[in-house]
Amino acid sequence: MQKLLLLGDEAIAQGALDAGLSGIYAYPGTPSTEITEYVMKSKEAKTGKVVASWGANEKTAMEAGLGMSYAGKRAMVCMKHVGLNVAADAFVNSAITGANGGLIIVAADDPSMHSSQNEQDSRFYGKFALIPILEPGNQQEAYDMVHFGFDLSEKFRIPVLMRITTRLAHSRSGVARKEPRPQNKIRLPENLKQFILLPANARKQYKSLLNSQAGYILESEKSPFNIMIDNANHKMGIICCGLAYNYLMENFENHHIPYPVLRIGQYPLPEKQIREIYDNCDSLLILEDGYPLVEELIRGFMNNGKPIKGRLDGTIPRDGELNPNIIARALGLEDTYGRDIPAIVTGRPPSLCKGCPHIYSYNALNEALLSVGKGRVFSDIGCYTLGALEPFDAINSCVDMGASITMAKGAADAGLVPAIAVIGDSTFTHSGMTGLLDAVVAKSPITVMILDNATTAMTGGQNSAALGKIEDICEALGVAKDHIRILNPLQKYHEENLAVMKEEIAFEGVSVIIPRRECIQTVTRRMRENKKQQLTEKSEA
Amino acid sequence: MKKDIILAGVGGQGILSIAAIIGTAALSKGLYLKQAEVHGMSQRGGDVQSNLRISDREIASDLIPMGKADMIISVEPMESLRYLPMLSTDGWLVTNTKPFVNIKNYPEMDKLMTEIEKLPKQIAIDADEIARQLGSPKSANMVILGAASPFLDIEYGLLQDAIRGIFLKKGEDVVKVNLDALEAGRKLALNRLN
Repeated sequence: MQKLLLLGDEAIAQGALDAGLSGIYAYPGTPSTEITEYVMKSKEAKTGKVVASWGANEKTAMEAGLGMSYAGKRAMVCMKHVGLNVAADAFVNSAITGANGGLIIVAADDPSMHSSQNEQDSRFYGKFALIPILEPGNQQEAYDMVHFGFDLSEKFRIPVLMRITTRLAHSRSGVARKEPRPQNKIRLPENLKQFILLPANARKQYKSLLNSQAGYILESEKSPFNIMIDNANHKMGIICCGLAYNYLMENFENHHIPYPVLRIGQYPLPEKQIREIYDNCDSLLILEDGYPLVEELIRGFMNNGKPIKGRLDGTIPRDGELNPNIIARALGLEDTYGRDIPAIVTGRPPSLCKGCPHIYSYNALNEALLSVGKGRVFSDIGCYTLGALEPFDAINSCVDMGASITMAKGAADAGLVPAIAVIGDSTFTHSGMTGLLDAVVAKSPITVMILDNATTAMTGGQNSAALGKIEDICEALGVAKDHIRILNPLQKYHEENLAVMKEEIAFEGVSVIIPRRECIQTVTRRMRENKKQQLTEKSEA
Repeated sequence: MKKDIILAGVGGQGILSIAAIIGTAALSKGLYLKQAEVHGMSQRGGDVQSNLRISDREIASDLIPMGKADMIISVEPMESLRYLPMLSTDGWLVTNTKPFVNIKNYPEMDKLMTEIEKLPKQIAIDADEIARQLGSPKSANMVILGAASPFLDIEYGLLQDAIRGIFLKKGEDVVKVNLDALEAGRKLALNRLN
């Protein structure tokens, strides 16, 4: 079959389709979004053979995936690394229940924080949950590992975590496909108590998980993704996880490297090979994207063995993504560099699009708060986080999905009144609703602005679960109907908008303001698609 | 054969279309390819780049090492300079001179040009103006690709084929406009070389 030119994300999606996937569940998050989008656009999803859906958040997605696995079919759940925090309850407990149909959770990490608020390493979650982890080193492996991962999951009846990083997720290369295989038929778990985590049962299940660990290690030791490459110079051995191998090879002409190399693509770590490279070499260099997980394990608390270099001793920077130059420096090879950036080149941070409804909303909010002063606005995760930058300088927090409402409540509890929360429509249904209920119960004097642009904008305009439901949700949660105010965020309505904002900010209870206008990106896209449609119809006629 | 290319611009300017055309042409030649892109927040009017690597041998890293890029292709003049640490000292810089001003402290144009002209191998053209003269202001990125085409080590005909393949679904008119833009950029570059 001809190779396909695919992003790492797309390779995973195609791999899942070809490996007999029945359902994919996700919440959009850079750099994971394109996996689910690719499946959604596939023939299999369009004809209803595969379910592909955005959940309200990562936890609901994870649970739906677990339900599909319960029914004996293969499921994939995708999220960005911080999404795994949201799904963590379901994720960690799914290791105790185990799987029935193959279940793969893909967590896309973002070292260097290209589009995230931290660079947490999802491998720790896999280790914490005591389940196998797969970490592809290139697009082909990303494809192959899905098939392999479903088999592993079904063999051990255990969910498998697949950890990727931004660089693989958003880099394209040629991928060869396998012959597609059929989906599983519905098949109940052999033991119908497997998924009941009542303590008496959970203890049994947990023991069984612990007893499986030796088997997982054995699988890692014979895994085609853990490869020992012996070379002559044993002064140093190099352990590379995932993409790190590519950066290492980049530094050697014809890819000939003098030192023994152990490539890691499957965890728990293969003890046999780790021992072998440790015993055969005078020192070790550990190259891994993210946190020093492997390095810490090998170094150990006493740190009294052979010299081990990596992120902990400063050979590799403690934070940030790896690249070929970092590894050149670690190996004492020539570090290359072009010319300096001329001093006149200035930063160009991202900004809200021309015509974006948030521009008006922030300008109006700033004006409404003039008499109150700075430091009152708790915001959230989305395009509107750009309100932190010039020329708006309009918000004071961005922590995690939904935190705007609950932080405003906490600040109001402390006496900081008025306190304002600014949250997007999709973020509101992701994790804001429960916080709003807290505020209603406590009768908190907060004003919640739900910026409704009818989409999940920042990740590229996916459907928002909140569409058409926001005021009903707010009212059902107990916000007084006359304090749910809908605005048209346009300058021509400025006077009435400003009056509404001032009124609700002054109100000493929970009020909700909903500036509502569609995202300029999705409007433009729809117009473009309409035009294309017309063109096709014209040419067909 | 090996070409390591940095594509530069501002989010929304269409550098990924340039990448798609070079990539398609490279694949039709049976070359290996890796292309790292930027998705997410930076696409909102921020600086964006793509690392495009083409080779007749297998490529290891998705990222080009610093100082090893053979070429920078930029659709915006200031952005062309942001990646100079990536460019090899004898590499080519091919850039649009039409500034995209969405920040307050955008540098003065003549100072930018001075910096661009300091480079031993550079081609700077007002691709927007050329595209406008051709009656298709949106194809400025194809003008830039045309200007870069003499240095790509990929047959010109393969680039034309790739444009036909990619734009065909948008209609014959769109194909022609883009081919014309490619040709105009290429001619200008070849004239400068002579």
